[in-house]
Amino acid sequence: MAMLSIVYFAWVREAIGRDEEQVERPGPGMTVADLVTMLAARGGGYAEALGDPTRLRAAVDQRFVPMDSLIGDAKEVALFPPVTGG
Amino acid sequence: MKRVAIQAEDFDVGAELAALEALGGGGVASFTGVVRGGDGLVALELEQYPAMTQAQVGRIVDEAMGRWPLLGVSVIHRFGRLEPGARIVFVGTAARHRTAALESCAFLIDWMKSDAPFWKKEHFAGGATQWVAARDEDAVKAQGWDS
Repeated sequence: MAMLSIVYFAWVREAIGRDEEQVERPGPGMTVADLVTMLAARGGGYAEALGDPTRLRAAVDQRFVPMDSLIGDAKEVALFPPVTGG
Repeated sequence: MKRVAIQAEDFDVGAELAALEALGGGGVASFTGVVRGGDGLVALELEQYPAMTQAQVGRIVDEAMGRWPLLGVSVIHRFGRLEPGARIVFVGTAARHRTAALESCAFLIDWMKSDAPFWKKEHFAGGATQWVAARDEDAVKAQGWDS
């Protein structure tokens, strides 16, 4: 069964309580926003971290993408707050 | 010359500038970011996306090298726990003329702030912590280079 890695950073990682997990690869029509909604529905730290998608940014296979991007056959989705480096 | 380093260790600004000066251009510009003290801050913790950072910073450097005639670019960004006064980031550019060096240096640090996968967490005296919120004006500055 094909799996998808999800990685979390900063307060998203802290609220969820883990930095990485594997889920079954979603269907071909699923967007990053759909994945966020699905994960937030788990409640608890997931709801806290992912309940308001406007506070989140995402990357698919290590490239920044808009939330409405299709996940397709990607291997890794990253969810995190807006970056604050520099 | 294109140099991208993502590291925990400090760096030697003088050595970085000397390498850029040795490229034969007429101008070298640089920016060094330092942990700002005050308000009881005892440390800044920098988290990164290790699988992405090097490639993403490389793309930002490529973008600068495509926009300005540059002889060399060095970008160094540290991660881990840094105390006030510690260097966080270095951007250095070398070009035949000053305008390209100065403009590309400003472009690079603006884009590093809005497009490199780093997150800062502040640690205060007494143990309180807080993730730094992204500033809208940083995104606006980076977008300003799109025109």
